[in-house]
Amino acid sequence: MFPFRIPLRDWIADGVDLLIERYGVLFDGFSAVVFFMVDGLKDLFMMGHPLILMGVFVALTIWMAGWKAALLAALGLLLTENIGLWPAFVETLALVLTAEVLVVVVGIPLGILAAGSDRVDTLLRPVLDFMQTMPAFVYLIPAVMFFGLGLVPGVMATFVFAIPPLVRLTNLGIRQVPQDLIEAADAFGATRTQKLLKVQIPTALPTIMAGVNQSIMLGLSMVVIAAMIGAGGLGEDVLRGIQRIQIGQGFEAGLAVVILAVILDRITAGFGERRGPPPGTA
Amino acid sequence: MSQIVAEGLYKIFGPRPERAFDLLDEGVSKDEIQARTGLVVGVQDASFTVSEGETFVVMGLSGSGKSTLLRLLNRLLEPTRGSVQVAGVEVTDLGSRDLIQFRRDHFGGMVFQKFAILPNRNVLDNVAFGLELQGVEKGQREEKARAIIDLVGLAGHEASYPRQLSGGMQQRVGLARALVVEAEILLMDEAFSALDPLIRHHMQDELLGLQERLQRTIVFVTHDLDEAFRVGDRIAIMNEGAVVQTGTAEDIVLNPANDYVRSFVRNMDRTQVFRARTVMESPPGEADGQTAAGTGATVSLDATLAQVIRQAAEHPGPVAVRDDEGELVGIIRRDRILEAMDRDFSPLAADIEGAAAQVSTVD
Ligand SMILES: Nc1ncnc2c1ncn2[C@@H]1O[C@H](COP(=O)(O)OP(=O)(O)OP(=O)(O)O)[C@@H](O)[C@H]1O
Ligand SMILES: [Mg+2]
Repeated sequence: MFPFRIPLRDWIADGVDLLIERYGVLFDGFSAVVFFMVDGLKDLFMMGHPLILMGVFVALTIWMAGWKAALLAALGLLLTENIGLWPAFVETLALVLTAEVLVVVVGIPLGILAAGSDRVDTLLRPVLDFMQTMPAFVYLIPAVMFFGLGLVPGVMATFVFAIPPLVRLTNLGIRQVPQDLIEAADAFGATRTQKLLKVQIPTALPTIMAGVNQSIMLGLSMVVIAAMIGAGGLGEDVLRGIQRIQIGQGFEAGLAVVILAVILDRITAGFGERRGPPPGTA
Repeated sequence: MSQIVAEGLYKIFGPRPERAFDLLDEGVSKDEIQARTGLVVGVQDASFTVSEGETFVVMGLSGSGKSTLLRLLNRLLEPTRGSVQVAGVEVTDLGSRDLIQFRRDHFGGMVFQKFAILPNRNVLDNVAFGLELQGVEKGQREEKARAIIDLVGLAGHEASYPRQLSGGMQQRVGLARALVVEAEILLMDEAFSALDPLIRHHMQDELLGLQERLQRTIVFVTHDLDEAFRVGDRIAIMNEGAVVQTGTAEDIVLNPANDYVRSFVRNMDRTQVFRARTVMESPPGEADGQTAAGTGATVSLDATLAQVIRQAAEHPGPVAVRDDEGELVGIIRRDRILEAMDRDFSPLAADIEGAAAQVSTVD
């Protein structure tokens, strides 16, 4: 139809090249930090007997979601160990947690910024829409371009995919803090920072925690995809199952991902709900 | 000394609020302006002063602009036009940083109609909120907070969260939160409206007691006339955003500025409003004076009519009115008491100021 073709792909490729050329050192440094985090977490988790980490998980689940959920968690974790997927499970956990730390560190401030300014909000909104609707596979390309193959690009792709709901919900939660409370803070002479730390964030915390929960779930859904660029963990086992048509192995690894997802979901969802008055103090 | 001076205050809600000014000048009503322009007149042309240590009550029907007026005083709302001076400082001139400091220095806080207490803090931390913002150290602010929690009758509920409390209890948390700051000016928006009559009366007494001790400047919004007359030194009555009359309870009952005010005060308990100085015949005739002095029925100039009635019931003959030095300045006969209960009653002197002037000439 057209006598010419817009060289979109060249622009993007050139842009990435330029970035790497200019800021290669930064990417390398960042890459080292992320790698250190994932690896450190993995080593930490693998240091003691598996029962120790399992115990921590179960305790957290009891605290946040009660006995029944904890019992289920314990069974799931023991099963994972029993079918020999514990090391992969821990690796995936380390990867998802690292990505989530980055998501929280970047996402919450962005959400706060967007809540404070309609300008930032309107700028950010299409970017988040774009990030959420883009097929997850596409994130693998820039991740690989900037960080090569392996763990780090896996974390980065997970990060990009998982951050939108936290930004959105932080923004929403803070905007939904009743005007009354803002007025009260003003009337008592609160500074902007005091208002944020003592009124807005605490009041919005359940919504912010819902964002954390959602982003963890999205992060877990990237596990298999990230394994395609060598991120390792349970995703790799799933992929191998697919490639070799080993239904049983693939299913086992998939089940382990679900177990991790359910446990993390119970713990973080519970945190959002459990804030505020402890039960039975009426 | 005037602590608060408001001059020509306007608050008009909506985009390009200046559009309302011309219409207001033409005398177009609030509803009509809203219908024509979509602008809501919150407060129009309000001017008044509040003296140091005075309890100034703002009264009016729902939607008359009481809460809006209150918010203009500490600039929670930006006035559309007009000026507010607090302790000699023009509030509308303050930059945002100065405004924060100014609010801490002079207001400390505010009691909100809808309570506005923080849902994720327990009672103790809610009450200590203002002190926390000012950087008061934890032990000290909690000690102060506990004392005030006691005062408002919430002792034992320090660890409760707002959603575990009834509306009246939440309101008292809001009250305690403002009281604990010990600022010179206290803004109270329907501070007692959610309380049951018993506690309400008790809280009014506490407030009066507190005022006697501390003499703070209070701007108190209420739509309850009895409450207004009970706690207020002076009262401003609002209608459609305008202050239609300001004065003491007696002023307003005796000389209502218009039918709106008249309908407001019609069912007032006059025995609580009228003072002996207003009802008395002064100076007393020679003979009357002697009989009154003989009967032993005596009241002060500021005694309420109710107190006069009590004296009259116990003693035959006229009641003697004496000033602070014990000098006889007037007498009140029984028929005067009955006259005062009538709606068309007016004091013997042309107005109260006149009566007061007369008293001072007798001194
Ligand atoms: N933020 C706002 N935006 C638009 N209009 C407002 C706003 N706040 C108040 N108004 C309007 O201003 C007028 C006065 O409201 P205000 O809340 O001051 O009344 P009030 O006397 O306190 O009433 P109440 O006794 O019911 O509390 C009302 O017509 C109200 O609708
Ligand atoms: Mg109001």
